[in-house]
Amino acid sequence: MPGKLKVKIVAGRHLPVMDRASDLTDAFVEVKFGNTTFKTDVYLKSLNPQWNSEWFKFEVDDEDLQDEPLQITVLDHDTYSANDAIGKVYIDIDPLLYSEAATVISGWFPIYDTIHGIRGEINVVVKVDLFNDLNRFRQSSCGVKFFCTTSIPKCYRAVIIHGFVEELVVNEDPEYQWIDRIRTPRASNEARQRLISLMSGELQRKIGLKVLEMRGNAVVGYLQCFDLEGESGLVVRAIGTACTLDKLSSPAAFLPACNSPSKEMKEIPFNEDPNPNTHSSGPSTPLKNQTYSFSPSKSYSRQSSSSDTDLSLTPKTGMGSGSAGKEGGPFKALLRQQTQSALEQREFPFFTLTAFPPGFLVHVGGVVSARSVKLLDRIHNPDEPETRDAWWAEIRQEIKSHAKALGCHAVVGYSESTSICEEVCILSASGTAAVLNPRFLQDGTVEGCLEQRLEENLPAGCGFCHIPYDELNMPFPAHLTYCYNCRKQKVPDVLFTTIDLPMDAAVIGKGCLIQARLCRLKKKAQAEANATAISNLLPFMEYEVHTQLMNKLKLKGMNALFGLRIQISVGENMLMGLASATGVYLAALPTPGGIQIAGKTPNDGSYEQHISHMQKKINDTIAKNKELYEINPPEICEEIIGSPIPEPRQRSRLLRSQSESSDEVTELDLSHGKKDAFVLEIDDTDAMEDVHSLLTDVPPPSGFYSCNTEIMPGINNWTSEIQMFTSVRVIRLSSLNLTNQALNKNFNDLCENLLKSLYFKLRSMIPCCLCHVNFTVSLPEDELIQVTVTAVAITFDKNQALQTTKTHAEKSLQRASTDNEELLQFPLELCSDSLPSHPFPPAKATSVDYSSFADRCSSWIELIKLKAQTIRRGSIKTTVTVEKASPVGEGNFRNRSSPPCANSTVGVVKMTPLSFIPGAKITKYLGIINMFFIRETTSLREEGGVSGFLHAFIAEVFAMVRAHVAALGGNAVVSYIMKQCVFMENPNKNQAQCLINVSGDAVVFVRESELEVVSTQQPAATCQPSCTGGEVTT
Amino acid sequence: MTSELDIFVGNTTLIDEDVYRLWLDGYSVSDAVALRVRSGILEQTGATAAVLQSDTMDHYRTFQMLERLLHAPPKLLHQLIFQIPPSRQALLIERYYAFDEAFVREVLGKKLSKGTKKDLDDISTKTGITLKSCRRQFDNFKRVFKVVEEMRGSLVDNIQQHFLLSDRLARDYAAIVFFANNRFETGKKKLQYLSFGDFAFCAELMIQNWTLGAVGEAPTDPDPQADDMDMDLDKEFLQDLKELKVLVADKDLLDLHKSLVCTALRGKLGVFSEMEANFKNLSRGLVNVAAKLTHNKDVRDLFVDLVEKFVEPCRSDHWPLNDVRLFLNQYSASVHSLDGFRHQALWDRYMGTLRGCLLRLCHD
Repeated sequence: MPGKLKVKIVAGRHLPVMDRASDLTDAFVEVKFGNTTFKTDVYLKSLNPQWNSEWFKFEVDDEDLQDEPLQITVLDHDTYSANDAIGKVYIDIDPLLYSEAATVISGWFPIYDTIHGIRGEINVVVKVDLFNDLNRFRQSSCGVKFFCTTSIPKCYRAVIIHGFVEELVVNEDPEYQWIDRIRTPRASNEARQRLISLMSGELQRKIGLKVLEMRGNAVVGYLQCFDLEGESGLVVRAIGTACTLDKLSSPAAFLPACNSPSKEMKEIPFNEDPNPNTHSSGPSTPLKNQTYSFSPSKSYSRQSSSSDTDLSLTPKTGMGSGSAGKEGGPFKALLRQQTQSALEQREFPFFTLTAFPPGFLVHVGGVVSARSVKLLDRIHNPDEPETRDAWWAEIRQEIKSHAKALGCHAVVGYSESTSICEEVCILSASGTAAVLNPRFLQDGTVEGCLEQRLEENLPAGCGFCHIPYDELNMPFPAHLTYCYNCRKQKVPDVLFTTIDLPMDAAVIGKGCLIQARLCRLKKKAQAEANATAISNLLPFMEYEVHTQLMNKLKLKGMNALFGLRIQISVGENMLMGLASATGVYLAALPTPGGIQIAGKTPNDGSYEQHISHMQKKINDTIAKNKELYEINPPEICEEIIGSPIPEPRQRSRLLRSQSESSDEVTELDLSHGKKDAFVLEIDDTDAMEDVHSLLTDVPPPSGFYSCNTEIMPGINNWTSEIQMFTSVRVIRLSSLNLTNQALNKNFNDLCENLLKSLYFKLRSMIPCCLCHVNFTVSLPEDELIQVTVTAVAITFDKNQALQTTKTHAEKSLQRASTDNEELLQFPLELCSDSLPSHPFPPAKATSVDYSSFADRCSSWIELIKLKAQTIRRGSIKTTVTVEKASPVGEGNFRNRSSPPCANSTVGVVKMTPLSFIPGAKITKYLGIINMFFIRETTSLREEGGVSGFLHAFIAEVFAMVRAHVAALGGNAVVSYIMKQCVFMENPNKNQAQCLINVSGDAVVFVRESELEVVSTQQPAATCQPSCTGGEVTT
Repeated sequence: MTSELDIFVGNTTLIDEDVYRLWLDGYSVSDAVALRVRSGILEQTGATAAVLQSDTMDHYRTFQMLERLLHAPPKLLHQLIFQIPPSRQALLIERYYAFDEAFVREVLGKKLSKGTKKDLDDISTKTGITLKSCRRQFDNFKRVFKVVEEMRGSLVDNIQQHFLLSDRLARDYAAIVFFANNRFETGKKKLQYLSFGDFAFCAELMIQNWTLGAVGEAPTDPDPQADDMDMDLDKEFLQDLKELKVLVADKDLLDLHKSLVCTALRGKLGVFSEMEANFKNLSRGLVNVAAKLTHNKDVRDLFVDLVEKFVEPCRSDHWPLNDVRLFLNQYSASVHSLDGFRHQALWDRYMGTLRGCLLRLCHD
């Protein structure tokens, strides 16, 4: 009997009128947990009843505490007939089960009915008394913390990152049970809501057990999904990354760092595990020393251990690639072995994280993905979901082998998804192959060795771009060049990844959202035939999506993609592909070539003219984009200004002059020679369409930026205004002209118009950036395409941004003109500047390249590799931030003196898909929010049609999330995600139904302007962290 | 390709003030889009007409959902569905309850009944205000009226508390409710020159001085019944006003009053001779208005009478406003010197308010 759950029903308000005669309601409440039910008294004739009940006490196992939701039903008492239900509230009491989270749930909850929506509110207080249970064979996993955030949560430190945990549970879907024919829609919906709530509780408990087995205490990057398989059942599955987390104890010193990403980067080094390596790798020792003096001191020997970035450089096979040869020592080999063994012990060395502690990510190999088409069959025994398990195991194996092919032993930024249509299901998994630092994977065993490594000189910053695979034995064709940053290691020409941009990556200019959109018609078919048809189409779709991404990336003048997410959705008669990513220009990678158009019939004069016209348009677009995103890599400024596609001769000349100081001139030249401009052949109308569609993507209006990652590369002076939103569009295709081209155009227009609408709606926030733009596409019916977007708009300070970029550019120029010796002449400047940069020492490399295989489960690997900046670059970049800091500080000061703004009044709950809140520090994580709602109507027209219905429902979902967070004592949800939004309509019957599943982390945040910890007036150097914080606030 | 469904939901509800105004003004979505296009917003933002259409639809839908809450503004503050910053909530409420001068002049003093509502078509045609907007304004008047009708205490306070309006707007509503309750005639042609502001000013004075609530406000009167209502004129007071008739009925008193006023104002008034010639008519007019107020019909015609009996004579003789003021002050004050007149307090209560009203009514 390890737990006592106590519930008190306080009051209700705004109840609906249930008795037409009196215009009042006789309400009472049933409180149910497990099989026990309590009732309050009936409060007669009131729409605002005051029950003030006693404490209802449930004595339950902690296993039940984890699985079961608390169910509160509000009813209208009726003497003569059955009592009418007003609505229900489900409360997940999980947050009360671990010590650091919430201690009480207390507040107003919307009373929700699946037919009528929200009908008034009820005030409830819930507490749990947990008794210690020493039973070693327990089935519960109370105390394991769950986080949706895909990075180490802000007020924690990762001691060990254990790795992948997954679980799935299956059940029959109540909607498809025989009893559903005789029960009301309300009863059916409620059965479903309750079942899913129960299943997610069970799933979470089981995952928790696995974590305990691994000796972890938390799951980070927890992602739980539902597969509504219709007749064949309901699958709830979850993946996550098991970790051992330590709560950071010194919040005061730490404060400013947490929230803003930019800040974060800087701070981390001070507090936690900055890698001394990163700094140290720089040529000058004095620099290193200075850095240290700033840091609080205690932890730094340990930090240094993380610096092993270099090790990863060695190709795993040990075959002598040039880069490997230079640095390879017995030492590295040892390290590598350790890492590998640590990872190989695991079945799947996968990590759902997309951002990592400094030093964790060593190299990035590229995107790996696998898809599989399956026919759904009835799940016969829900307790033994072997089929589904086997399916996923198969896919994961494939991912693992792809990663191996890339010379990587791990996959980061890993995620899984499904798309179901009738009895066909596409399972997809993707991630980024990577080489990781073993320090976080084992319990500090390697620290000793690593520390020695400090002495070696390694380029910091750009390491993650360097290829992890063997140059002579590449798994796919790629053009390699020497890293533009350190000039010592090879990098690919483009890099695709599924992770966030590493904090320390050297980026030129700003990033932007890049999408590839594609439709493919498919014949309607049944079962096997259908699955085969889909399987056959998949490889082509993958290929085309990839080509589109490449073209668009080049059109933007950029060379790397982060946060890549490719979604393939299946419908009755078509497949849709939607890829979103954030393009950036990584300083370590070569400048992308332009796009050249070639016609196949060169004799036709007008055709030629047309081609050259198109070519000109493309060149203009590239030039315009470079200007727009401020991409002016210093080395090749003239080139850009001149013509977007420089002639080979000119280019090589430039290169040579650049690299004179290095001894690898010839190689550099060579690689460049290989890298031709991207050629698009226009040989048929299809290709023509492609070119047109390339040019139809309109850049966001000025003052707007967008990305699908956590932070926008090139912007780091966020102000505190945020607006999270969800937008849904459904279009009906006219069935007459269903050709692939028409479809593509429709789909493209749909997405573009949606983006345009967003920019227009949010224009009052300019200058602002849409972050974490998350598109999902589905095909609910024949001829219907549904696109759902969730994102957050964050304002930033334009002036500061301009200033920053400018200085950045200047600095870069400076850097370009200097070489190592020259650098040494400014040790002082470097030292002070370098402080902020250190934190990011762990370079992550992502590589993407692709080759596609088409087998029954088509799969492909994209690899690209990129590398972060060298120390030199890094320190310079940081300088910029320092300079920025002082104006920010002033802003902060100003803010503080002003009275608290309206936003801070009680009751406001912020929601954001990001893991942080600009201008604020997260002080506490209160637990995971994971909610599932169904809404149905039989009076669609009366509720404003489909738009009115869904608009109201989404608003209600937001309201219920906010209410639960507020009741936990929180004031924000971070890492919020709408995982599912399934909408079905039947206008003829005046009916519609929608299912929504959302999750996120409930947190408490404190505005930095309210934290009077460090005086902003201090000199920039000493108060770095606080200044950075201020930056965010302004 | 047609858009079946198109929505945008923000965690903080987006309110576009311009669209809100168009919605309040009763424009259909297509009219609103056309008006927005004309405002040049497309050029400013580079948006397309389709974007504008979608945006407008979205805002309209939001407003429709909010409308239910706006009918009881405290609900808007406590509801959980729309997260709206307090300043925006205030703006929504204030704008929703704002009304058009032209409209309120048409409805002021009319019974807020179904019958009047049927006439809204005509009002709409006459004023150029959309029927939808007329309905909203009319329903607002009616809703406020219904809520505060039976309430005790200060009319303005009640309105403010239940509708969370600004002080200014709450006062206007108090006037509207007061006029509707007492059915003052304001629509006659000779009253057309008066603005809503003029009437609201008078209403406020009357509420302060002529209602039951007004008596209750005096600390000397502890009768709990007395501070019952601000909406109804004090019946007893109206009855008592008959007593004032003696001022014109008793010839001596009238003469004495006239001589007192003339003596005091001689040389100070530009229109002295006209005043002297007209004194008895004017005085008779003012006192008779008072004496008649026992009949509901005459209460309704109060403003018509005041204009006919006082404002128009003054206007025809071209009295400057300052002369009117001097005259009315002296006219009221002189009564205190009439020894034979016993109803000084009553006179002050009547004339104090009336003086203010008349001064306000005397303009072109």
